[in-house]
Amino acid sequence: MNEMTPTKSERAAALKGLGTSRKRVEDSRFTQGKGNYIDDIKMPGMVFGDFVRSPYAHARVKSINAEKALELPGVIAVLTAADLEPLSLHWMPTLAGDKQMVLADGKVLFQGQEVAFVVAEDRYIAADAIDLVEVDYEELPVLVDPMKAELDDAPILREDIADQKAGAHGARRHPNHIFTWEQGEKEATEAVLSGADVVAEETVYYHRTHPCPLETCGCVASMDKVNGKLTLYGTFQAPHVVRTVASLLSGIAEHNIRVVSPDIGGGFGNKVGVYPGYVCSIVASIVTGVPVKWVEDRMDNLMATAFARDYWMTGKIAATKEGKITGLWCHTVADHGAFDACADPTKFPAGFMNICTGSYDIPTAYLAVDGIYTNKAPGGVAYRCSFRVTEAAYFIERMIEVLAIKLDMDAGELRKINFIKKDQFPYNSALGWEFDSGDYHTAWDKAMKAVDYDGLRKEQAERVQAFKNGETRKMMGIGLCHFTEIVGAGPMKNCDILGMGMFDSCEIRIHPTGSAIARLGTISQGQGHATTFAQILASEIGISADDITIEEGDTDTAPYGLGTYGSRSTPVAGAATAMAGRKIRAKAQMIAAYLLEVHDNDIEWDVDRFVVKGAEERFKTMKEVAYASYNQEIPGVEPGLEAVSYYDPPNMTYPFGAYVCVMDIDIDTGEHEIRKFYALDDCGTRINPMIIEGQVHGGLTEALAIAMGQEIAYDEMGTHKTATLMDFFIPTAWETPHYETDFTETPSPHHPIGAKGVGESPNVGGVPAFSNAVNDAFRAFGVNHTHTDMPHDHWRIWKTARDLGMHD
Amino acid sequence: MIPGTFEYYRPSDLPEAIKLLATHGDDARVMAGGHSLIPMMKLRMADIPHLVDLQDIDALRGIEVSSGTIRIGAMVTQHELIADEALLKAAPIIREAALQIADPQVRYVGTVGGNVANGDPGNDMPGLMQCLDAVFTVQGPDGARDIAARDFYEAAYFTARADDEILTSVSFKPQPGGYAYEKQKRKIGDYATAASAVLIARDGKVCSGASIAMTNLSDTPIYSDAASQALIGSDLGADAVSAAVDAALAEIDPAEDGRGPIEFKKHVAGVILRRAIERAISRA
Ligand SMILES: Cc1cc2nc3c(=O)[nH]c(=O)nc-3n(C[C@H](O)[C@H](O)[C@H](O)COP(=O)(O)OP(=O)(O)OC[C@H]3O[C@@H](n4cnc5c(N)ncnc54)[C@H](O)[C@@H]3O)c2cc1C
Repeated sequence: MNEMTPTKSERAAALKGLGTSRKRVEDSRFTQGKGNYIDDIKMPGMVFGDFVRSPYAHARVKSINAEKALELPGVIAVLTAADLEPLSLHWMPTLAGDKQMVLADGKVLFQGQEVAFVVAEDRYIAADAIDLVEVDYEELPVLVDPMKAELDDAPILREDIADQKAGAHGARRHPNHIFTWEQGEKEATEAVLSGADVVAEETVYYHRTHPCPLETCGCVASMDKVNGKLTLYGTFQAPHVVRTVASLLSGIAEHNIRVVSPDIGGGFGNKVGVYPGYVCSIVASIVTGVPVKWVEDRMDNLMATAFARDYWMTGKIAATKEGKITGLWCHTVADHGAFDACADPTKFPAGFMNICTGSYDIPTAYLAVDGIYTNKAPGGVAYRCSFRVTEAAYFIERMIEVLAIKLDMDAGELRKINFIKKDQFPYNSALGWEFDSGDYHTAWDKAMKAVDYDGLRKEQAERVQAFKNGETRKMMGIGLCHFTEIVGAGPMKNCDILGMGMFDSCEIRIHPTGSAIARLGTISQGQGHATTFAQILASEIGISADDITIEEGDTDTAPYGLGTYGSRSTPVAGAATAMAGRKIRAKAQMIAAYLLEVHDNDIEWDVDRFVVKGAEERFKTMKEVAYASYNQEIPGVEPGLEAVSYYDPPNMTYPFGAYVCVMDIDIDTGEHEIRKFYALDDCGTRINPMIIEGQVHGGLTEALAIAMGQEIAYDEMGTHKTATLMDFFIPTAWETPHYETDFTETPSPHHPIGAKGVGESPNVGGVPAFSNAVNDAFRAFGVNHTHTDMPHDHWRIWKTARDLGMHD
Repeated sequence: MIPGTFEYYRPSDLPEAIKLLATHGDDARVMAGGHSLIPMMKLRMADIPHLVDLQDIDALRGIEVSSGTIRIGAMVTQHELIADEALLKAAPIIREAALQIADPQVRYVGTVGGNVANGDPGNDMPGLMQCLDAVFTVQGPDGARDIAARDFYEAAYFTARADDEILTSVSFKPQPGGYAYEKQKRKIGDYATAASAVLIARDGKVCSGASIAMTNLSDTPIYSDAASQALIGSDLGADAVSAAVDAALAEIDPAEDGRGPIEFKKHVAGVILRRAIERAISRA
């Protein structure tokens, strides 16, 4: 080897493949304001749609009079349910097997519900016209509290299905009841509880909040009446599914529909569902023959498009005196709002809530979830989490703390006693999952050491003493969390959305000069797919990530896939990418062997080339092979170098992590200060450490928001109280603490590159860590104090202190 | 979040602006930084057919600090208040308070005049101006007149300024001695859960002057003469401070909102006021 030949490690580094903190290729356009978001799309002749929305949470719509609005110059049309009914589009199916009004059909069921769709020449005229549409409402009694849904005097919300005794998920026991979903062993769990040394009980409410992406939802629908093609640009986390749904709803053949997701400014689950705005824009474009744009404003977004959480989780956890957990029981009342529009895999009406045994070896468990209708906006989406995993993690991580109090035991020690052990993987949980891999003890010990856990507890004890001596009014809380996620939905045997299996895909084309394009069925909303998927591929096929274009989001060009949410892109589409890359390599090997005049088996892969075994100086680089594939006749091999892979994952992946939050709380004002936040994540193989860190920072900040103040609140009339960012908490740099990140690396045994997904872990693990810190600060005061609900805003923290007599 | 249709005017002097107000009466409103007004228009809670933008009127700008008085033009931004070194020397409480208003972006455009004329109980400057015993100068078709800040606020969004008058400046005396502006808020950019402005003068061990006002704890700012009197003449010891806090708390009447229930606000008001008094004493 002469001096000019780069070494193996130099060649590997040049690829910028797995493990490289490659700078995000998307950022040059994002940071220069050159992204292309939905509201940047302008088409010739485009008009604007906007909604007349209900001011009431529950009312009959007696009449709608659009005359005055139609007289306003520039107003083109006002659509109501009556206009959509002949097309059977006044209602639409939801992803959860329910149906939802597109426009108010005789009544409204939540404040902000879409009543009429005004189409005008510009958005300013549309806004004026909204005020001119006269709607005659008759108010009805309102149901806000799901616990009162089945009382005798509860108003019946869904008169359309009041008589149906069963829904998509089995029996309904009341018109306001949607489903009961049961998992695990009820009787066995009850037997464990009744015979246990210790049982801790608590009701843990994970409040209603909202993904509130920076960019709101919107679309541009353009029906070309000449060629019969519908083009739909939109903020879609699952563009291919939207195409299928649009085809099924509209009757337009699927090949005549093109759905495009341009740059998306955050999704967090908010952009998975199908909204009335999309349907109305399509209809309006068909009616008017011109493109129609609809973009929500912030209030629309917070009031009407999908919320997250709203789970009332009552738990019982049984253990021996020594702290070994023997059983877990959970009953959840799930407030779904006016329609069941959750975005979960079909067979999972409560998502993966049955991951609620957490990181612990719990032999017996039972979970029941009751879905309930109320006069609130529909949703229940996975806000930066995989289908109800945040709820599950919060539940178990609170229950562990409650149990630790009951046992008078250290909560960290209690976790260690109960962790699933490394040699128990693959581990079959009592609620039906096969955890693929994990090494919880190693991660936990590393975390405890990093934060000097014993030192923190000592300091906390001193602080309690100082408070008792009247020397301080600030309490110290140590919030622990060890979470296990379940992401990468999912195997087609149990995961589908509207019948579509939850596989994903990648199609690769290598160009003659040795650069490439790869298209995937997913769609980035800021995660950096164009950066990381190129890295996966670079390591597989030996072409530098810089020479690989990643494209997503255009259903005319990208292969079919189920989209990006639930941390599924890396586990599923990332796997498809690696598999497609391997197909490329297999073909490339035949070509290389031919070029080197040896048998296929006599060459081997070496970073970016095939070398003749035992004669390293004889090689063909992938670049050379690519060129040959286009310009040379190779016997028995088709020209070109392309591959496609549709990947049906054999299992979910189970990322995990150990988080510690140290917080000071002012008991007089309820203010808090986060002194330390340590986050150790194990997401298996790490593709791009910088992006992982960025994802962890972002996810933790959303977790901070949710735990410490962010909430969708309604008053008793069903009036939305938090519809602007003045009241809906989004942390700024000021409120955001410093985060220390760390990792262990336990590859997934079934994923082609061992990666597990990380985007959502920090939200799943962060919320319990923050909330546990608040609760822990009060642990020394009052034996009966086991739990306070989020959000831990100033007045609620203050109230806890007051209720514990700390102000006396 | 799109306002209704309106006519936009940008007069270059005060008489022209006053004339526009006279011409359009109730249908006209002046706009300063627009950071309270425009959100109301976008929410269609304010319908203003004729919007008179004051930003080209030079007479409304400028900060004058002399030994006897400080005069701040109505169109001076909160950012300019923070940046002015002479003002910092003469009345340091202004910078301390202004830094706790909103965020830098809002402060670059939000003005003193808009903040005090708005009449929103959440605004911080009205309480601050009452604490400083400032005088507001307004000018209308019949000429100029002065109104004491302590007499200016009648109810939420109702002030002693007539509809056809424009606030031109605020003036007050330089404030030596101790000062503090203490504010609790949920996040950056939020209005106060409770805030208080405190000035304390000291003659040896004895308190020779005190002024206490509170923000967002009633539908108008609360200047508490009783609280001020509880300190004046005292040794500023714990008993006097407690008496002042009790006196001020007797005058507040907070409402429940997203920041919390009444009981919480009363408690926090006491804590915040005590902290403000203690900090002011430490600086006196
Ligand atoms: C996100 C955000 C957070 C904020 N947080 C705070 C805060 O914490 N504390 C705080 O005090 N404020 C806060 N504000 C308000 C901000 O300080 C405003 O800028 C200020 O209240 C009004 O000043 P302006 O110049 O923007 O007035 P404008 O919005 O232009 O006017 C407000 C009102 O005053 C009237 N007006 C204005 N100037 C005159 C004049 N010269 N004569 C007569 N009438 C006049 C207008 O007609 C209007 O009715 C916040 C605003 C925002 C957007």
